[in-house]
Amino acid sequence: MALNNSLLGWRRLVIDVYNDYNYYLDLAVPPGGPTTLVFFTNKPRKRNIEALKTVLRNAPISSRNQMVKDAALNVVMQVLLSMKSSQIEEAVNALDRDHLDILMKYIYRGFETPSEGSSGQLLAWHEKVHAVAGVGCIVRVLTDKKRV
Amino acid sequence: MPESLSFGIDPITAHAWNKDRTKLAISPNSPEVHIYHFQRGEWKLEEVLKEHDLKVTGIDWAPNTNRIVTCSADRNAYVWTQSEEKKWKPTLVLLRINRAATCVRWSPLENKFAVGSGARLISVCYFEKENDWWVSKHIKKPIRSTVTCLDWHPNDVLLAAGSTDFKVRVFSAYIKEIEERPVSTSWGSKMPLGLMMAEFSNSTNGAGGWVHSVNFSSSGDRIAWVGHDSSISVADASKGMAVCVIRTDFLPFLACLWVSENRLIAAGHGCCPMLFEVNETGKVHFAGKLDASLKKETSGVSAMKKFQSLDRQARTETNDTSLGTLHQNAITSVCLHTGNKANATKFSTAGVDGLLAIWDFNNLESAMRGLKFN
Repeated sequence: MALNNSLLGWRRLVIDVYNDYNYYLDLAVPPGGPTTLVFFTNKPRKRNIEALKTVLRNAPISSRNQMVKDAALNVVMQVLLSMKSSQIEEAVNALDRDHLDILMKYIYRGFETPSEGSSGQLLAWHEKVHAVAGVGCIVRVLTDKKRV
Repeated sequence: MPESLSFGIDPITAHAWNKDRTKLAISPNSPEVHIYHFQRGEWKLEEVLKEHDLKVTGIDWAPNTNRIVTCSADRNAYVWTQSEEKKWKPTLVLLRINRAATCVRWSPLENKFAVGSGARLISVCYFEKENDWWVSKHIKKPIRSTVTCLDWHPNDVLLAAGSTDFKVRVFSAYIKEIEERPVSTSWGSKMPLGLMMAEFSNSTNGAGGWVHSVNFSSSGDRIAWVGHDSSISVADASKGMAVCVIRTDFLPFLACLWVSENRLIAAGHGCCPMLFEVNETGKVHFAGKLDASLKKETSGVSAMKKFQSLDRQARTETNDTSLGTLHQNAITSVCLHTGNKANATKFSTAGVDGLLAIWDFNNLESAMRGLKFN
């Protein structure tokens, strides 16, 4: 019997490697800021908050390169808009003051370029961050020399 | 309840008290300075000083020599002395600046005063007896932008200046013609005129904001400043220029004042004076709001109020449009009233709403249980 050897290639796959659980966000960010981020829509809840913390920690505030900043903005928007409304409060409580300031800056930048349904979600974020960090946070968005 | 005095609807840009706090000099956002006198239980307008052409930006009253210095946007400063007939006579001071003056402060011994200006320099002025006039010396380097606020160190030589280039600097304002060599302090030992002893940036971590007010503590070792990024910072020279910054949740502060070696008051756009404490390690933390009063009571006539507001404002909520604090608009200046910087019992605040309020710590203490006042 002729064996079609080319169809036997699938036996060499180790199927367990391709489990959802093992995929995680590309957390090794290049020095210029996050350029790509690998996403799976049904990643566990804790990953969301970790993702948010990572992008805020690596936010390219000191960079002069506008493309890097825009790329970072896209990544942050993806993270913010993909989180469910119920998770927002938990995420905001997990951040410290400096990160809340950076988050508020991204929220306002996100308002500048609205996409489908983004403003509503961003408003929910804005409300939660304001409840924790007060008006001082918003003032710092306006007065900060280093824009996000 | 803090005592409050209303001076009309104009904002009060600056205010200063005389030595026994019976007289008050204020400027109602105009080129005039009004002197009020406390007689028989009420404040009466005693005199109006009209010499400046443009808005008066700063007033300071020297308590012991009883002289008032005013500076204005018209690039001039006048020193006012009281003659025998109790009238105030001005003497022009040549500041030699080509931009508006923003703030003025008498030195602790009242032999000189410093004027900050938009000309990116500080004029330190003293009286020259031979020519019978006020002479000014400039401190220029390395100020890069308008000087917004000044405060003197208790040793009468060091001067702290906050500026719109986001920096706070401590300079030496030693005038060899009128004073002895100063002894060395925790800020440094050699103090020629114009030497910058220390520079602090209000823009660490990328944050920034104009410095609105700067204040030396009573010992002179600590300096506090408030910036427009809603932050309040304290630097300690005795701890190697260690700085502690806290970025608050409130609206930016416009004025700050030490009321003891470890406590300071800050007030500003939030319309409410806030108390901050500095602990032994130099860390600043928020201690409380001093305006715990004035929550409007919803009384039994709320139905009537509902219809009234529906009629007047087309809405059914009964909450007022007035703020829950005593001041209805930003507080622009804070002055010591009773006591000194080491131990103050009363201080006064003046605001854009034309109100001047005198706050008493003894009354506030009972309103703020749980805070320890030493």
